[in-house]
Amino acid sequence: MKNLVILGAGTAGTMMANHLHHELKQPDWQITIVDEREEHHYQPGYLFLPFDIYTPDDIIKTIEEFIPKDVTLLKRKIERIVPNENKIQLKDGAELNYDILIVATGAKIAPEETEGMKGEEWQKSVFDFYTFEGALALRNKLRDWEGGKLVVHITEMPIKCPVAPLEFAFLADSFFKHKHMRDKVEITYVTPLSGAFTKPKATEALEHLLHEKGIKIESDFAIEHVDNESKTIVDYGGREIQFDILVTVPTNKGDELMERSGMGDDLNYVPTHKSTLQSKNFANVFVIGDASNIPASKAGSVAHFEAEILTENILRYVKAEPLKEEFDGHANCFIETGGGKALLIDFNYTHEPVEGSFPFAGIGPLRLLKESRMNHMGKLAFRWIYWNVLLKGTHIPFVSATMSESGKHYN
Amino acid sequence: MEKTIAGKIITVNEEGYLTDFSQWDENVGTELASEANIDLTPRHWEVLKYLQKEQQNQVALSIRRVGKSGVVDIKEFYSLFPNAPLKTSTKIAGIPKPASCI
Repeated sequence: MKNLVILGAGTAGTMMANHLHHELKQPDWQITIVDEREEHHYQPGYLFLPFDIYTPDDIIKTIEEFIPKDVTLLKRKIERIVPNENKIQLKDGAELNYDILIVATGAKIAPEETEGMKGEEWQKSVFDFYTFEGALALRNKLRDWEGGKLVVHITEMPIKCPVAPLEFAFLADSFFKHKHMRDKVEITYVTPLSGAFTKPKATEALEHLLHEKGIKIESDFAIEHVDNESKTIVDYGGREIQFDILVTVPTNKGDELMERSGMGDDLNYVPTHKSTLQSKNFANVFVIGDASNIPASKAGSVAHFEAEILTENILRYVKAEPLKEEFDGHANCFIETGGGKALLIDFNYTHEPVEGSFPFAGIGPLRLLKESRMNHMGKLAFRWIYWNVLLKGTHIPFVSATMSESGKHYN
Repeated sequence: MEKTIAGKIITVNEEGYLTDFSQWDENVGTELASEANIDLTPRHWEVLKYLQKEQQNQVALSIRRVGKSGVVDIKEFYSLFPNAPLKTSTKIAGIPKPASCI
């Protein structure tokens, strides 16, 4: 019997277990998935928690209910991967041997990377919303906050879901309008990039959103430290921005397991071939989702498209056939813009988001890069799709793993 | 759009970043730097070469990453390319400006 081991039972790992158990069956194959956690969180829902749009119950289920019965789920802590010996060492001393390994250990925030970020103001006036605890602490703060300077801030790229901080700023604008206190809140969006939007078509289509919502932009801001005493963020060039509430997206890093195993880069991401998803250093190791260093967005939709392609490549690898260089960096994301509207974007490694219709050229029903209520309904409906279709590895009809150029207005 | 620089015709986007790295050479880099009021020294070149190498390896560039590279620390990076060092240095190096997905 051969062993395929999946590390991590988040979005990407769970999808791979569901895809592969139909293909690599006992008695020839044993599939094992390892994750020390009990809960599976719908991470896009973290954005909605601070505004009381979702409750914790909306976004938490057990890991177990999404793992197929013929896949062994080990809820154990992983100590180290020993890729030269094809084995995994667990914290309790047990070892797992593998013929094929899938790394799906994700990415998480590392506020300790920035001086003062996790200081005495952490979760008092300095918040994140990329963790469940952070989003809840922020919700409690916003419920009775009386206004002041709200600063939404990105530390550095790459981050999970690069549009989430922008969505946060848009939703904050709506939230305070609903509470009839928008005039008491100054919202500033602070980014290390050259603007809130950096792609030409999106900039052209969306810049008015910031103006009409009265959101100020501070660009090219490379944070050096958070001053907890004066409640300011300071950049390497000496610029200072004051806040009453700082909602920051800290540096994102891959799991420390990569550091312990000597398999990651300086941010613990695993060097990976961007179109086959095979590890650059070990032929029988594949990487999916946020754990890899490929230059695609870190998002569930990317993991979903990767999973369809990676499943085929693993089957090719099993048959000793050459891998297909099929993954094109395809991502498809809804962007909440507040007021019950949202945008949709569809893009890949080489094609920026543009206007058009999706998934049917010229028909839609969803519009790309344009605000609509329909897109917002799509975003809300997506939570059901995530739990009931996406995680189970079911193909979403009419949406292909590689990006389609039809129905898009490139020029 | 096209632009003539250092006697060469190069293609740039509306922000002045090269769209085709193969059109870049050291003379183009020197000219782009002087447009940004920077006289390139050997230290500048070390940083520019490092950035180009990282771009070839498809590494996402950030100020902190440059600072940890061992090539240059952040303080010096700011003194070599004042104000927005990553934005300025990538333009001179002929590589794309760090961007988000939208």
